[in-house]
Amino acid sequence: VSLLGLMWANLFRKRTRTILTLLSITVAFLLYMLLQAVAAAFDSGGVNVVGVDRLITSPKYSIVDSLPVNQKQQILSIDGVVAVTQQQWFGGVYQDPKNFFPKYPVVPREFFSMYPEFRISEQQLAAFERSRTGAVAEQALAEQYGWKIGDVIPIQADIWPKDDGSRLWEFELVGTFVNEEQRSPQLMFQYDYFTEAVAEFGKDQVGWWTVRLDDPARASEVAAAIDATFENSLNPVRTATEDEFARQFAKQLGDIGFIASIIIAAVFFTIILLTGNTMTQALHERIPELAVLKTLGFSDRVVSAMVLGEAVVLCLLGSLAGIGLAYLVRSAIAPVLESFIGAFDFAPLSVIYALGLALLIGLVIGLMPALSARRLTIVDALRER
Amino acid sequence: VFAQIYEITLMNLRNLTSRLGSSSVIVVGIAGVVAVLVGLLSMAVGFTRALETTSFENRALVLRDGSNSELSSGLDVAAYNIVSRLEGIRVASGELYVIADIPKQETGTPANLVIRGMREAGIEVRPEVSVVAGRMFEPGRSELLAGVKAVAEFEGLELGSKVEFRASSWTVVGHFETGGSAYESEVWVDLPVAQANFRRGGFLSSMRVLLDESVDVAELARRITADPRLDLKLVTEEEFYAGQAEDRAALINTFGYSVGVIMAIGAVFAALNTMYSAVSSRTVEIATLRALGFGALPVVVSVIIEALALALFGGLLGAAVVYLLFDGYTASTLNNASFSQVAFDFAVTPGLLKTGVIWALGLGFLGGLFPAVRAARLPITTALRGE
Repeated sequence: VSLLGLMWANLFRKRTRTILTLLSITVAFLLYMLLQAVAAAFDSGGVNVVGVDRLITSPKYSIVDSLPVNQKQQILSIDGVVAVTQQQWFGGVYQDPKNFFPKYPVVPREFFSMYPEFRISEQQLAAFERSRTGAVAEQALAEQYGWKIGDVIPIQADIWPKDDGSRLWEFELVGTFVNEEQRSPQLMFQYDYFTEAVAEFGKDQVGWWTVRLDDPARASEVAAAIDATFENSLNPVRTATEDEFARQFAKQLGDIGFIASIIIAAVFFTIILLTGNTMTQALHERIPELAVLKTLGFSDRVVSAMVLGEAVVLCLLGSLAGIGLAYLVRSAIAPVLESFIGAFDFAPLSVIYALGLALLIGLVIGLMPALSARRLTIVDALRER
Repeated sequence: VFAQIYEITLMNLRNLTSRLGSSSVIVVGIAGVVAVLVGLLSMAVGFTRALETTSFENRALVLRDGSNSELSSGLDVAAYNIVSRLEGIRVASGELYVIADIPKQETGTPANLVIRGMREAGIEVRPEVSVVAGRMFEPGRSELLAGVKAVAEFEGLELGSKVEFRASSWTVVGHFETGGSAYESEVWVDLPVAQANFRRGGFLSSMRVLLDESVDVAELARRITADPRLDLKLVTEEEFYAGQAEDRAALINTFGYSVGVIMAIGAVFAALNTMYSAVSSRTVEIATLRALGFGALPVVVSVIIEALALALFGGLLGAAVVYLLFDGYTASTLNNASFSQVAFDFAVTPGLLKTGVIWALGLGFLGGLFPAVRAARLPITTALRGE
């Protein structure tokens, strides 16, 4: 019998106990993987950043302020900037406040060339450009509300009433798009129509600029140049990479990563105690056997290595099952979750961390039993029977 | 039968001390589940409470018609004057609501802090305010009164320190409390100074009004909406804050229950393990009892009761830990409705503790049931041989 075979046989001498222990380890690692993914999603602001060559220029003091549209030419003339486009937070309510999705006035062609991950057919993009009150929606969002091309989508404004005092904005759906990276349930319409129809205080105002760089390596230099350009104007700005911007905004929700770590710590503390206890118990029952092994000539070191190995194998098996289960669970819940928190994915490293953690826990748990197995003297042990 | 159950259970519980190691597994496992579950749910309760306690009887907001937050609302002095003279309005406070990015202590990244400009009437309409350190800001000066929660959550709001908001400098002259409500997450300044420093002219965001107790609120609201000179609406604070916490609380609850359920599954496995080993270490003892004429039912019940007792202990332990560590712990999050940070205290309420204990007992029951059945099914003769 090989050593591994012996370990295997030992693990399953009490099948129920081993399987139950294995299952609790599996659950712990399932939770570990899912919480890591949730924390990562919040930390990144749920944005899978495709364009490292994009910057966001927003009002310096608060994102709720607006910027004048005439900043566009100035930003474009800054060295290193190749394209600029604007968005504005529209707010508003579609039928019921519960039907929440972002709505943005955009410049159609500029937007879709700034964000190549947003895919729309050339025909529909051209139709969007031509139609004054046209709008495009994410395909899944359109399906959710049963919108067809040609439908009129009424939005009740809360921030932006129209010039004539009415609050009803009506947009005609002229196309749908998909974001290849993640779900982006949003509705977009013409900036030109927005600025023409909105009440005086909203005219020629934009919420923030998206800036494309010629060289991502110059991001901080160009960001500083943009900020310096408007520093002493009435509308100072703050520029950050898209990634930073999303992270900072996500941090407003709170330190989700910290909460996730506390839970993970609680889970693993429990697991170590539980599995450690089981291993000690299993060892206790096997003291005479170990003595027999030693009598047969197995060295102290081999016997203790075997005991340690059992704990490690148990933890690794459990973690593998947990990781596998996590992938299954993810494919089931990701589509639902992504419309709330954006990208929901496991970082490649988190699998390695999980396995490393499993190894570590196995060693911690196996250490005490292994030491006592090593110290075991044959005479004492055999006498116990 | 009851006498038998009583006897066996008592015997089991007396023997618990000899199985301390494996029994602790069930206790700690369930304590962990209860602690995490109650901890997360207490966030949702705390957040809801902070918003709900903000509303005050007979106090209402006046907003631009169609807007649902102070941020998107706006009115001019003329409209303010009309509303403040309406019959039924006792005190009216015209206020400026501005948001600034200030670094949050917890994360070090900028977060939305509410700066509220008001005159003396702002304090008059909020009788729950008490200045707990320093003094009130003086009219006409760049002075600032900070809510105690804002002081705890944001950097640089200590008494006497200077803060930069939107290219203007302010001195913190006092801290105020409002009984834990969302106002404590704001900073208050003099209205005209704020309007000048933030270049808002005579612009007001909203009004807070105290109503006469005899007034018919619905009738007054109708009168304001119908007034052709005004494009405004009146909502009571109760109405205004009622729905605001719902979404975020639902999100936290869903997260809490999901994590709780997954952990609970793990804890049930642990409990099963403990109880199986408890049963197996007592094989001979159980068989002896059976041989003496004790029935199967008392054995089953006694094992379940043992599991329940351990689970109850674990549940209480978990609840106690979370109560001691987290009750009153302050955190803050973005309130979507006001688009600003609202700080809240984790509230470990008796209701939540009850939920925790019920979960613990449920898990204990599941963990005890199968081992109990196995104990009762043991063939007496083989069991007596100790195999």
